[in-house]
Amino acid sequence: MRLINLSPGRVLGLGLAAAPFVVTVIAYAVASHYRRLENPADKLLPSIEQMGATFWRMAFVPDRRTGDLILWVDTLDSLWRLGFGMAVATAFALMTGILIGFIPHVRAALAPYISAISLIPPITILPILFIMVGLGEASKVMLVALGTAPVMTRATAQAVMEIPGELVIKAQTLGANTWQMMTRLVLPQVLPKLITALRLGLVPGWIFLISAEAIASTSGLGYRIFLVRRFLAMDVILPYVIWITLLAYLIDRLLLLLSKRAFRWAHLQGGSL
Amino acid sequence: MSQAPETKISVRNLTKSYGGTIVLERVNIDVPAGAFCTIVGASGCGKSTFLRMLLSQEHPSGGEILLDGEVLPREPTPDRGIVFQKYSVFPHLTVEDNLILADEFAGGGLTSRYFGGARQKAHERVTETLEKIGLAAARKRYPAQLSGGMQQRLAIAQALLKKPDVLLLDEPFGALDPGIRLDMHELLLDLWRERSMTIFMVTHDIHEAFKLGTRLLVFDKTRHDPHAPERYGATITYDLPLTDDARKNVPEADALITQPTYQDIGANHA
Repeated sequence: MRLINLSPGRVLGLGLAAAPFVVTVIAYAVASHYRRLENPADKLLPSIEQMGATFWRMAFVPDRRTGDLILWVDTLDSLWRLGFGMAVATAFALMTGILIGFIPHVRAALAPYISAISLIPPITILPILFIMVGLGEASKVMLVALGTAPVMTRATAQAVMEIPGELVIKAQTLGANTWQMMTRLVLPQVLPKLITALRLGLVPGWIFLISAEAIASTSGLGYRIFLVRRFLAMDVILPYVIWITLLAYLIDRLLLLLSKRAFRWAHLQGGSL
Repeated sequence: MSQAPETKISVRNLTKSYGGTIVLERVNIDVPAGAFCTIVGASGCGKSTFLRMLLSQEHPSGGEILLDGEVLPREPTPDRGIVFQKYSVFPHLTVEDNLILADEFAGGGLTSRYFGGARQKAHERVTETLEKIGLAAARKRYPAQLSGGMQQRLAIAQALLKKPDVLLLDEPFGALDPGIRLDMHELLLDLWRERSMTIFMVTHDIHEAFKLGTRLLVFDKTRHDPHAPERYGATITYDLPLTDDARKNVPEADALITQPTYQDIGANHA
């Protein structure tokens, strides 16, 4: 049988999915082992046990100086900034995207503007934000929001314009006015695509969050890994990177689950990643 | 009804062109209320364009279309229902929600949505329609979970919700199996007799056109410049009353329509 017509079963599928991860961990463990044979005090590739112990300490042992559980404080601060920023961006993208995609006059006025804005590298706005709104929470939230909103707005407007014209005509023959078409046709059709845009927007969203935290912050996941970089504390950095990745993965899966639950009609055909 | 029915749709010297390409020209026709006009023609002859102009989805480049003696509004209105070949029903609404949508637009207030008891009552009101189109058991399903024939039955029922005087059908059964088509013909003829609507139906199946219509309109080009095919548009070349006699011997499509030559195809895609 041809290779393209063979699919792995459930167990083999899970095994294949796990294999690259297992190989990476083993390769790391071997490399770390031989490095530490040469120099037991090696900092670059700490052992997995050592990283586990450090992670445990950061998660469950109160910090000697502040009394905080550092991992959870960092996580909470970062997620709050990311969530606030992405919420603002999502709300903006939904409203502006629908107006641009559906109302020709708004499109004429705003589409070129949003396209131009979306080409500004967001990191270049960061110093402007620091100068104008200070080094506090607002500048980080705003960087996440400003960095992701234009692209999400364009994606939403595009999704609105991809709604088949037949449906828009049909709604008019059923007596709908513009507002009714926006609320009963465009909004429900675009929400699943907005979630996709949000999931894609979270990728740069994390980058802006970590960058802002790295440059000016006193807490957060990004602050922590850039802080301990000075001490070559790979036993903190590596678990933090894995932790951030895990958080990003979980948020992505939750959004997909939400989309499947709330917009069942949109997932009836074809698979989704 | 002894007196002659009044003219429902009147088309006067209609022209449609896109840029320099003339698609339709010199189209003149009067259609009395209650007629069932079937429209055939080679692909790209402008028959769908004609239908879209009747719907106000597109606008004439010259001439005019009168509905009850008045120029058509510039945008689609509830007095003209439409069934497309695809994308006719709302994929995000269940079957029953598709059927209460027009009602919700009219009476649902700012949200255009019924809640609680009002919603339940609206659902009860469409039960009869659902039974008539054979979708009572599928009322909670989404369109993507229906077969092609079921989707088009829903589309027809939905197009009739506002009780339009004119029903426009753009190759509505083009994607359906022959057996299902026959069922759809029955449903459509039943509804047409019951509601005394004026129907315009574009089809590429000449047998379907002869079977369903009371009048057959053939769109074709009468003039042809081989060096500049875009110079001349199509017009109505045959306007046949379809009596029972006419239905008995359906001509071959080639006898009514000149098939486009190779050069035409690129120029006439509209």
